[in-house]
Amino acid sequence: MSDHHHKETFITKYVFSQDHKMISKQYLITGIVMGVIGIFMSMLFRLQIAWPDHSFSLIEAFLGRHQDGGVMTPDIYLALVTIHGTIMVFFVLTAGLSGTFSNLLIPLQIGARDMASGFLNMVSYWLFFLSSVIMLISLFVEAGPASAGWTIYPPLSALPQAIPGSGTGMTLWLVSMAIFVASSLLGALNYIVTVLNLRTVGMKMTRLPLTIWAFFVTAIIGVVSFPVLLSAALLLIFDRSFGTSFYLSDIFIDGGVLHYQGGSPILFEHLFWFLGHPEVYIVILPALGITSEVIATNSRKPIFGYRAMIGSIIAIAFLSTIVWGHHMFITGMNPFLGSVFTFTTLLIAIPSAVKGFNYITTLWRGNLQMNPAMLFSIGLVSTFLSGGLTGLILGDSALDINVHDTYFVVAHFHLVMGVSAIYGMFAGVYHWFPKMFGRLMNKTLGYWHFWISAIAAYGVFFPMHFVGLAGLPRRYYTNTAFPYFDDLSDINIIITMFALVGGAAQLIFLGNFFWSIYKGKKATQNPWKSNTLEWTTPVEHIHGNWPGEIPEVKRWAYDYSKPGYEEDWVCQTVPLMEGEEPT
Amino acid sequence: MLALFYILIAVLIASTFWQLTNIFNLKQDIATEEDNDQQGKLMFAFMIGFYALMIFCFWKYNAVLLPESASEEGVRYDNLYFWTMGLIIVVQAIMQFFLFYFAYKYRGINNRKAFFYADSHKLEMIWTITPAVVLAGLILYGLSVWIDMTDPSDLEDPLYIEVYAKQFQWEARYAGTDNQLGRGNVRFIEGINTMGVDMTDINSADDIPTRELHLPKGRPVIFKFRSQDVLHSAYMPHFRAQMNCVPGMVTQFAFTPSMTTEEMRLNKHIIAKVENINKIRAEKGEDSYEFNYLLLCNKICGASHYNMQMNIIVEEEDDFNKWLAGQQSMTQILKQ
Repeated sequence: MSDHHHKETFITKYVFSQDHKMISKQYLITGIVMGVIGIFMSMLFRLQIAWPDHSFSLIEAFLGRHQDGGVMTPDIYLALVTIHGTIMVFFVLTAGLSGTFSNLLIPLQIGARDMASGFLNMVSYWLFFLSSVIMLISLFVEAGPASAGWTIYPPLSALPQAIPGSGTGMTLWLVSMAIFVASSLLGALNYIVTVLNLRTVGMKMTRLPLTIWAFFVTAIIGVVSFPVLLSAALLLIFDRSFGTSFYLSDIFIDGGVLHYQGGSPILFEHLFWFLGHPEVYIVILPALGITSEVIATNSRKPIFGYRAMIGSIIAIAFLSTIVWGHHMFITGMNPFLGSVFTFTTLLIAIPSAVKGFNYITTLWRGNLQMNPAMLFSIGLVSTFLSGGLTGLILGDSALDINVHDTYFVVAHFHLVMGVSAIYGMFAGVYHWFPKMFGRLMNKTLGYWHFWISAIAAYGVFFPMHFVGLAGLPRRYYTNTAFPYFDDLSDINIIITMFALVGGAAQLIFLGNFFWSIYKGKKATQNPWKSNTLEWTTPVEHIHGNWPGEIPEVKRWAYDYSKPGYEEDWVCQTVPLMEGEEPT
Repeated sequence: MLALFYILIAVLIASTFWQLTNIFNLKQDIATEEDNDQQGKLMFAFMIGFYALMIFCFWKYNAVLLPESASEEGVRYDNLYFWTMGLIIVVQAIMQFFLFYFAYKYRGINNRKAFFYADSHKLEMIWTITPAVVLAGLILYGLSVWIDMTDPSDLEDPLYIEVYAKQFQWEARYAGTDNQLGRGNVRFIEGINTMGVDMTDINSADDIPTRELHLPKGRPVIFKFRSQDVLHSAYMPHFRAQMNCVPGMVTQFAFTPSMTTEEMRLNKHIIAKVENINKIRAEKGEDSYEFNYLLLCNKICGASHYNMQMNIIVEEEDDFNKWLAGQQSMTQILKQ
């Protein structure tokens, strides 16, 4: 890396940058933009759920021909829940979260000058950007965007006769996702190669910060599972456009029989969830990795059970690839297969419990620095527990029968992977903002942001369990067609109010974020007194990260409050004292 | 234009925070001892609030939950649910307590050093093995219920009923005197034969198509599910029963109804629930509602997914037989 002082033009520095730090910022900003759109959609459909026949000028303003006098149509309602899910899961919590922090932290924390391939990294981002643009364009097509749910089960997603969104909207969805898969594969391969090959001297795998372990394992799951989504999408494109019958058979619609014969929607479900389930771990593992780092740093204590944490991450990753069938207990899949998937699914509770216990033990007798990042990390552990525990019901095939596809599921996964992962992302932004932008985010606004979000999140998703246990299916445009559910209207109104408050609270974050980029307090080199290598680089970004030699690593990342040292932190580059046990 | 107006408002609010930040920015942006103290206490307060929310929800919303199971198989379901939910509540209460209590108790104080505690083999073993043992129990219990609910081979003299789904309504077909359902395929759909019953199959002749689902109390029912267009899911929450309807294949689920509709209407939980519902409906000026078992669609299937329903009427076997005898068979219908 002799050329890291060469001249940069605006284009190579801010647009087609190959520098991992800039690419990370590009991912973050794109993720935030997509997040605003995704969360805003949820506000709109929550209005519809709480006040079904009420006219809202907000809906009139944004939904154009898909509304009638301020009341949305059933088709656009389904489209909104579909695109909300797609955007939040893939564009915000996969690319926005993993893309941002893997890019920022992998080279910085392992002691590398950049990613293994800066070029592939750049291509990865721009493919992501392209796929985001296509997804957004799909919102404006005549018949409306894809509306078969984010899981796009055929035949609904294959037949425009069944739902208008399955026309051009679905085509664009599929194209967008195919490009997204390519982007995420390029990113993931890069992360894996970089972690394996570019660690600095002394940075053994067993000295890596848990963030890196999480990103590394996440990338592996992505490489294993994302291609399967691509093939599922390709076969669906074949069925839709070229008349094949991979997923379709014996269909009578619009007064006539279609030619499809011999395919099975269940094949699609298997392929989809072979990605779909690992995907939720692709979402949550980086958030847990960030939390490990933030909790340890702010507790001024080593993360408890470092090796057990690594073991848990690997165990979760392995198990995550053999549990997809728990989404399909009642699809008509052989019940014996259901038993196997129940077994593997409930096993995941063990490593997850270990992680939960270890976080709590890390707090025990710590000296907790309540920075906004720390609050979000504690919040994450709380929602991860609340949401994870109900997994015992959903992962149990027998119990799943009666709560499958109800609001109970919606409450469960929003807590365990939605809110938790978003908290992880916020924790990451607050914590590494000084590294990304050289300034600190405002603390007071961070506190307000956290507390309003935390109250709103539980206000939304805790009562929602009861809506599901009452038997109300998800993705219902309104529950007024069933007088039996009339007594749920109060809960739905409360949930919507909390949702609106929680959504509005994100404006605090947006204001704080953009303000701090330009006007935040200038950060010192290591504002949180953290041990990891990224804080040994200068505040001002330089290409190649370290001005001189890359520092050598002498110890693990978690020597906080170590007896024998005056300070309560010991940077990874500090040599061992005499008689000190090597880590 | 209105959209622009809303976006403008959002921008204004965000820039208000921008301005506010200018004021707050006089302070240090890294947590001080004072912040730790304040935020730690807030953590404790949040814990109290969270417990209050949980207790409130369980107390207040118990009334909206499903009543006891109306099927024999569902009783075991409810037991499993009870124990699992109990376990979840206990673990949740304990873990959340430690999390927030520690966040409060160990809030940072300047010049105090945290306790260097990196590992404990013993503790790790305890919290690996404890969940493993508990889960083993849960898995075994769960699987025995699952096998019970999904294996119809031990049912005595079951009644066969086909439940047929399409956008956006349900139909049903009873197997008739031979208790055998005739074959069906969408290619046979024609005019009044809306379920595509294959009339060349001798089993089809006495099959009885209906638009209402009547079930006899105490007799096992094996449901065969079909769909003619997209995925649907036949969800009968009161019986703890659900199965997807998949185009191109026949799926099945079985249960034994154990309470007639009349009996369920006299169930205490249902009486209270219906009273509450009727109070709400009266306020809105809507008709009063009487309880019926429901068959709902629980797999997104298109615009009217939210309104795809069929009433289920459970009655004594005699009443059921009388009702069934009053229905026309496929042969009779097609003759007309």
